[in-house]
Amino acid sequence: MSELRRWNGPQAFDAALLREMDDDDGVIVMGTEVVQSALRRFGPQRSRAVPIAENGVSGLAVGAAMAGLRPVVILRNATFSYLAFDQLLNQAAKMRYMSGGQARVSAVFCVSFYSAGQAMAAQHSQPSYALYAHVPGVRVVAPANPADAYGLLRAAIRSDDPVIFVESAWLAEDVAEVDPEHLVEIGTAAIARGGTDVTIAAAAHAVPVALDAAAALARDGIAAEVIDLRTIAPLDTATIRASVRKTGRLVVVDESPPVCSLAAEIVADVTTDPVTFAALRAQPARVCAAPVPVPFSPPLEAAVFPSAGDVARAARGLVAGSLAGATSGWGSSPGRAR
Amino acid sequence: MASDGSLEVSQYRIMLLIRGFEQLAMELMLNRTAVGTVHPYVGQEAIAAGVCSRLAPADRITSTHRGHGHCLAKGARADRMFAELLGRVDGYCAGKGGSMHIADFSVGMLGANGVVGAGLPIAAGAALAASVRGDGTVVVAFFGDGAVGAGAFHETLNLAALWKLPLILVCEANGWAVRTATQDTIAPRPIAGLAAGYGIAGVVADGNDVTVMAAAAAAARDRALAGHGPTLIEAVTYRMTQHSMRPEAPPDPRDPNQRAHWASRDPIDRHRKYLTTAGWLDAESDAALQAEITRELAAALDFGLASPYPAAETAFEGVYAEVVS
Repeated sequence: MSELRRWNGPQAFDAALLREMDDDDGVIVMGTEVVQSALRRFGPQRSRAVPIAENGVSGLAVGAAMAGLRPVVILRNATFSYLAFDQLLNQAAKMRYMSGGQARVSAVFCVSFYSAGQAMAAQHSQPSYALYAHVPGVRVVAPANPADAYGLLRAAIRSDDPVIFVESAWLAEDVAEVDPEHLVEIGTAAIARGGTDVTIAAAAHAVPVALDAAAALARDGIAAEVIDLRTIAPLDTATIRASVRKTGRLVVVDESPPVCSLAAEIVADVTTDPVTFAALRAQPARVCAAPVPVPFSPPLEAAVFPSAGDVARAARGLVAGSLAGATSGWGSSPGRAR
Repeated sequence: MASDGSLEVSQYRIMLLIRGFEQLAMELMLNRTAVGTVHPYVGQEAIAAGVCSRLAPADRITSTHRGHGHCLAKGARADRMFAELLGRVDGYCAGKGGSMHIADFSVGMLGANGVVGAGLPIAAGAALAASVRGDGTVVVAFFGDGAVGAGAFHETLNLAALWKLPLILVCEANGWAVRTATQDTIAPRPIAGLAAGYGIAGVVADGNDVTVMAAAAAAARDRALAGHGPTLIEAVTYRMTQHSMRPEAPPDPRDPNQRAHWASRDPIDRHRKYLTTAGWLDAESDAALQAEITRELAAALDFGLASPYPAAETAFEGVYAEVVS
């Protein structure tokens, strides 16, 4: 094992990018702010500043990939990527299939999002991963810590498929030890904390929320298993199902609203898989963001995003067999989610 | 430039091939042998034939929903194209793309496209790859005047100009965006005049004259490879058929006098006269060439019709390069 490094999210991102640019001279990076470390080491041909033109720049990445490069585009906020949906979801996602396998769209589109506690309001606070995941042809990854940001970005750059890399802005404040050889296989979840009483599945910044809930539950004698999904598309359903078959209970934490969401997909999977369904000892619970544009004012924002308390309450309800407790949070509560 | 006429005759041959292909494709639509739709390139053949006649095999192009002409001019095979627009397994995309998504990467044809303007940044990206690799190739983006109002057009020109990408932007200005005259929706006139604002070369060219288009493309290619960046060519032309061919298509909204005017400027007739005047074609060699192309296309169509439909389970394959279990 190489010497461990202590990196925050952006440092891990930079390190992964430089590592892959070192390994493959076809890797280039484009962002509205030039990546200075890459510029210094690889020059202006491979590290480029681009205008605020999400669709055009994403299209350049698609074309450059189809012509053999491995471009990385930094689109900044996930909501800005909506300007590029043609190139992300109509071109990159479909080109391989439509061309009968001729096109290789080896491009990475990096977005970040603000969420609970960051007071960035509606147009900057949307994880968006479920929007991308709905369209076949793209991979969607969402790291929950700097180490996986490093390992997933490296895997994304190496992938011959287009990958949307969705990062919580909270990772900038998370410092962790990273093995420079760390590489995460796309499509693999991780067990962030082992447990036997209830499974809590989460992605990105919902993972630390779930871990906080698990710590609180442990004080009550409830052993929660926390699954860090890491990849949204394709979901590692095998890991989720195996955990739920063991615990018999599932809480999904999702910083997106519940309609057509990651949480909805996971609940659908475990309840339609016969073996997992038979192992359930309680109905699954979804703890999601409220279905409203994210408000600015801190007390309003706090009311909208799932908290560790919401997650713990839902888990306790499932363990106690209490419907009332299990419906805390937004996704499972028809009375609140209007 | 002195010429023995071989380039000019080969341009004529490609134009005849495109016209003949489109006539058969329209028949397939009207007699309901083919499904979906096709967007005929009839009337615009001089643009693809002229531009592609001056490209190298390793040069790349992106195309539009009206892409059959670009495919054939870049060297794609008519038989696999017919198979694709009939949804058959031997089609270029194994039946997954159809008329609007034909691609042949082996000849540098990066694909037709169902979204107006989408091919522009993709072409610029391929040109960026050529620039990064320094491989001495250029990329052509074919697009219509309807795309000039789209953001992707400006976003592409801005970066291609700034980075001096080896890109040739060929605007096929046929005057119509589906059933709306582009004079009602597009402000800049001439469209090529926009080039000045980006600091790149811009030319208005007669899109119904294949030799004019070939010369414009050759000059643009030389500029690109000399490091002078992109050229915006506005190829003034007219689509001689409806926007898209379907049995139940609405009536053509265009003035019959306008259509008659442009029919008198048919690019194939004009080039035939040019070749005849130059002594490179006579009635006999013309008839022989036309008969040869008719036979070639009939065989290509037979190939397409004989090709089986793909197995249904292939619908679930090929979404990703890598299977993640």
